[in-house]
Amino acid sequence: MGNEKDHLEAIEGKEKFRYIGTSPIRPDGVDKVTGRANFGADFTANGMIHGRVVRSSHAHAKIKSINIEKALKMKGVKAIVTGQDFPKIDPSDKVVGEVVVSFYDMSQNVIARDKVFYDGHAVAAVAATSIKIAEEAAALIEIEYEVLPAVMTVIDAMKKNAPVLHKGMKTEGMDPVPKRSSNVASRAELKLGNAAEAFKDADVIVERDYTAQTVHQGYIEPHACVAEVSADGMATIWSSSQGQFMVRAFVAKLCAMNASKIKVIPSEIGGGFGGKTKVYLEPLALLLSRQSGRPVKMVMTREEVLRATGPTSGGHARAKIGAKKDGTLVAAELEMEYEAGAFAGSPVKLGCMTGFAPYNLKHVSCIGWDVVVNRPQAAAYRAPGAPVAAFAVESAMDELADTLGIDPLELRIKNAAVEGTQAPYGVKFPKIGCLETLRQAKATEHYNMPLGPNQGRGVASGFWFNIGGQSSASVMVNPDGTVIVATGSPDIGGSRASMALMAAEVLGIDYDNIKPLVADTESVPFSDLTGGSRVTFATGKAVVEAAEDAVNDMKRRAAKVWDVDIDQVEWKDGIATCIETDIHKPMTIAEIAAMAGKTGGAISGKANINAKGAGAAFATHICDVEVDPETGYVQVLRYTAVQDVGTAIHPAYVEGQMQGGAVQGIGWALNEEYVYSKDGQLQNTGFLDYRVPVASDMPMIDTVIVEVPNPGHPYGVRGVGEVPIVPPLGAVANAVSHAIGIRMADLPMSPPKILATIDAAD
Amino acid sequence: MAKHHVEAIINGDPAEFLCGTEQTLLDCLRDELSLTGSKEGCSSGDCGACSVILDGRLVCACLVLGVEVNGKKVETIEGVAKGDDLHPLQKHFLQEAALQCGICTPGFIVAAKALLKENPHPTETEIRYWLAGNLCRCTGYDKIITAVQKAAAEMRGES
Repeated sequence: MGNEKDHLEAIEGKEKFRYIGTSPIRPDGVDKVTGRANFGADFTANGMIHGRVVRSSHAHAKIKSINIEKALKMKGVKAIVTGQDFPKIDPSDKVVGEVVVSFYDMSQNVIARDKVFYDGHAVAAVAATSIKIAEEAAALIEIEYEVLPAVMTVIDAMKKNAPVLHKGMKTEGMDPVPKRSSNVASRAELKLGNAAEAFKDADVIVERDYTAQTVHQGYIEPHACVAEVSADGMATIWSSSQGQFMVRAFVAKLCAMNASKIKVIPSEIGGGFGGKTKVYLEPLALLLSRQSGRPVKMVMTREEVLRATGPTSGGHARAKIGAKKDGTLVAAELEMEYEAGAFAGSPVKLGCMTGFAPYNLKHVSCIGWDVVVNRPQAAAYRAPGAPVAAFAVESAMDELADTLGIDPLELRIKNAAVEGTQAPYGVKFPKIGCLETLRQAKATEHYNMPLGPNQGRGVASGFWFNIGGQSSASVMVNPDGTVIVATGSPDIGGSRASMALMAAEVLGIDYDNIKPLVADTESVPFSDLTGGSRVTFATGKAVVEAAEDAVNDMKRRAAKVWDVDIDQVEWKDGIATCIETDIHKPMTIAEIAAMAGKTGGAISGKANINAKGAGAAFATHICDVEVDPETGYVQVLRYTAVQDVGTAIHPAYVEGQMQGGAVQGIGWALNEEYVYSKDGQLQNTGFLDYRVPVASDMPMIDTVIVEVPNPGHPYGVRGVGEVPIVPPLGAVANAVSHAIGIRMADLPMSPPKILATIDAAD
Repeated sequence: MAKHHVEAIINGDPAEFLCGTEQTLLDCLRDELSLTGSKEGCSSGDCGACSVILDGRLVCACLVLGVEVNGKKVETIEGVAKGDDLHPLQKHFLQEAALQCGICTPGFIVAAKALLKENPHPTETEIRYWLAGNLCRCTGYDKIITAVQKAAAEMRGES
């Protein structure tokens, strides 16, 4: 399908949609409610052995020696690898995008070389005939360390005399580039107008420091894979990840193999949220398999997941906003320092770009510092970088509304970004739904309900870019007229259903006659990973185009049978009809498919695209809390998420994204944090004390779906998965602040912290 | 060390397996009996992904040793549907879109089944507290609670 105008016309005729906007049962549903679905740890291979990782318990140390002799002698031990077994990668080997991917760092993160950089850093890996033997052998590996002082916080890391993690790290983005090595990997700056000057026109200025702690994505499925290298050097990897092609590319790079020698078969994925956009186990399993000649299975424990994967950056933010008495914003500043973890690459720049995006501002200054510390290397987590920035900005907006005596949603409505607004990060917004989410939030019953004692209400908005990228789809028409839709995009939250709905809409056949599948790296062309809220948008667009290609193929077959021009064939509701004359009996997809052999062979359609035109997403959330003044415990009473989704392909799964993102954000705001000892050992390595929200913590999460169609997608889709985690930190903090009458600027707002805040004010 | 011979009734059928002293029931189900529907999310009893019913009682299979189930009855997710006939909880989980990634789903369904046996009329709060030992990171619990409520109503003959 062609241009934006066509898209909008198609979308505006929405009542004509037969399948889009319905919520049928997902194609993979029965397997997932009966236990049949195979996730990462469920796969086994004949002759398989088991790998375990030896991890550092030092946060920062030089590796002086590794002795594997004793372990190797143990019966049942088949292979041991250390950093020395991996190819050397040049430090300049990077892919530079919004976030820099350094293969040098990636390789060191997978297995340490000269130094360990965090508690849990992999140092060696053992494969043996049982997990028990592998664990016993792991304990026999002797590693001699020279322990170095641990640098655990951005404040300590940025001190002038702080121990330097990476010798030679010179802060990028500084002019001039500093001569001394430091822990500051880069400085990002974003400027619109002249904020410093514009603040002089403000009647009111609010300014405050905010802190957020490291949190983990918390997917319930630990990382898992099986790797098998055959004698001819061909490798097969079964793994749970957000992208089978990502796994192939990274493993190829880290193990110096060529991509055609690695086949990656995706399992079902038990949650990712950005945390499974990296490799941890796969390169280790591959080398262990190559060395042992056996398939090697590796599964992380929860402790390993928390110590060595994820998390997302904690950090600091200082937000300053100036406004006129009537609430018109005149200038805004944000300065943030984010923990990158052990290697450069926190999403601080994305935080800078997103913080003020919901607002129409002429003068903005944002500065972000990417700081390495002795914690695991940060991984993407749902709208990476945006939630902490929004926490600061939305808290400041709330404080501004309080100061001016203006309703906080009114203040946002007055300043909302609309079509044509110049966003601080560079673009002029096309059609967006920011204002619509605010207006709908204001109109909810929730927003207008009375509050009781010790209760408070908070609102916050949020923005996320969403991305497009490369996606491939094949639509194969079976001889009986049913259809297979193959893509390369792992299904984390029901995307198979969305793919089938879009294909059904184009083909005009029943949803139940379409089988969507997630193919391995040798069965579909390359696709980018599942992330950036891109699958329903970009892979959906590929599916629509591939289905259109198949429809054209079928029209061509009908034209051939009828001996007419293809433009005389109309396709509607799965039936080809000849427009020119009624002498030809219309043919159903089943009839056309049945005679495929006589009209040129199998029928299919394909599309390999790099999707542009991802529509930006905006959300506004409302949160009511009650704070127990005796204990400091916060009960979330009501929560409403309002979001512009473009077009909801499968509304129930859209709601699910909004609810799930909101609850992750509530956990971030109230409970979750990495707790380290002074020496840098992670103290809360299980779900008992890394406490994610449980059912009894939460109320129902109300949703309001706003649909401002994205002209960049044939059906108006915007990404929906990430933006719901952007507003909750601010919404919850504003609610708690109102409930106790004191501004809370330090996450998580756990009971002891709230109690201390209340006590300090007494 | 010699393995233990264990006999149990699993999903209504007699089963026997050999297990090491240190192997958990979850290990035995998954590795010895190839019943991989019960999932390991934490192996410390905190996530509920391995929920099974042992002699009528809801337990985390990761906190029970394999040898402990000798002579006992174990019900796992694989036994919840009868052939193609899904249990009302399974049907309503699907209809309510109560799963996203699906890794926690077997545990939730087994735990909810145990709840409805004990309490066919649970309130929303009772459902939330009963399921507080089952973690879901995708859904925010909303649709799971609704699915359990609807399944309970159906099982009471109200729908």
